Amino acid sequence: MDKTLQLDIVTPDKLVLSERVEYVSVCGVEGYFGVLPGHVPMLASLDVGKLVYTVNGKRQKAFVSGGVADVAGDKVIILAESAELADNIDLARAMAAKRRAEERLASQADKVNMERARIALRRAMTRVQAHDER
Amino acid sequence: MASLKNVRTKIIGVKKTKQITKAMNMVASAKLRGAQSRMERFRPYSCKFQEMILDLSGKMEDSVHPLLGERENPRSCGIILATSDRGLCGGFNTALISAALKLAGEKEAEGLRVRFYHAGRKGRDAIKKSGKPQGELERFTLDPLDFQVAGNLGKAVVEEYLSGDLDQVYLVHGEFVSLSRQKPAVRTILPLPAVDAGGKEPGERLYEPDPASLLASILPHHIKVLIYQGLLETSAGEHAARMAAMDNATRNCDEISAALNLLYNKTRQSAITTDLIDIVSGAEALKG
Repeated sequence: MDKTLQLDIVTPDKLVLSERVEYVSVCGVEGYFGVLPGHVPMLASLDVGKLVYTVNGKRQKAFVSGGVADVAGDKVIILAESAELADNIDLARAMAAKRRAEERLASQADKVNMERARIALRRAMTRVQAHDER
Repeated sequence: MASLKNVRTKIIGVKKTKQITKAMNMVASAKLRGAQSRMERFRPYSCKFQEMILDLSGKMEDSVHPLLGERENPRSCGIILATSDRGLCGGFNTALISAALKLAGEKEAEGLRVRFYHAGRKGRDAIKKSGKPQGELERFTLDPLDFQVAGNLGKAVVEEYLSGDLDQVYLVHGEFVSLSRQKPAVRTILPLPAVDAGGKEPGERLYEPDPASLLASILPHHIKVLIYQGLLETSAGEHAARMAAMDNATRNCDEISAALNLLYNKTRQSAITTDLIDIVSGAEALKG
């Protein structure tokens, strides 16, 4: 059997990645899980988090913000609201978003905005992390 | 008869207009390409999404999620009207607006309260003038068109739907049939139309978390996907319609300028003839 997986990361605006990989790890709502070739078919809801995949033994990172992962046969399809490869992450923008979210959290506004700010902060921090660890 | 100078000014004016319409035609065609490629890029996403919904809903009953299944005795109805932000695209927006108003009329005849949501400035302005109630949104323009526009709309209607403020939601958008044909289309957004599994047996697979909560987390997003698709089509349709309109306008300019040229030459000729007659008759008189 072929020892690779076809990994597709799709967002509404574009196909972020389509590559043969040996291993994928994504952040599901119930925690990180890894997918190797021959994985059982699975449908999983994703959380904001890092996505790690290996190509020719090299670890690569990407940022995925929510969405769904569909594992079927040797195919892994990630449908994300937004996703970026670690190399393409706009660090300055992520930093700015982080600062904004922190300010909003510090200002103690109403509840809805707090929740939104918390999620935004997590997104920004994950982006920064994925960028730094690449 | 018009004076020579008048006609000349008019000819220059028409030529300038033609330059503008020609440029607008080219801009529209470039934008149309962009919109079409965006539609292309979105297709894999929406197809995959559709598949997943099919797979999941094949696993359970209709009544399992509040976003599925008809409500009894509906009292209110939301209409999302997608139009363009700018005019000068023929009857494109007018057709969309009248389709939306017709739908609103039908719903009101059934005794439903109708509220409008907008994507696109033209539709908003028209509905505002008609005095129908509108939902409040932070943003109603389509420019720049990204997933967030659909996201905001989707979130707003889902929230209102779940809180019971809305019992039905429709999307009126431009259907992109072909380059030369765009027509308004109405699509039911909520309650989500029943998806037909088409007799396809869903395969065995793992779900994380369980299918019901997975479906619950996917469905609201599915609505955004549906709306976004409509918006993309509207935007492609808008540019196609503007291209056609500007093409017509350019051709009209050609016609008018040909007619004006003829008039100009005739006027010039008759002026020359009059002058000649004057001179000749003057000479005759001198000879006298």
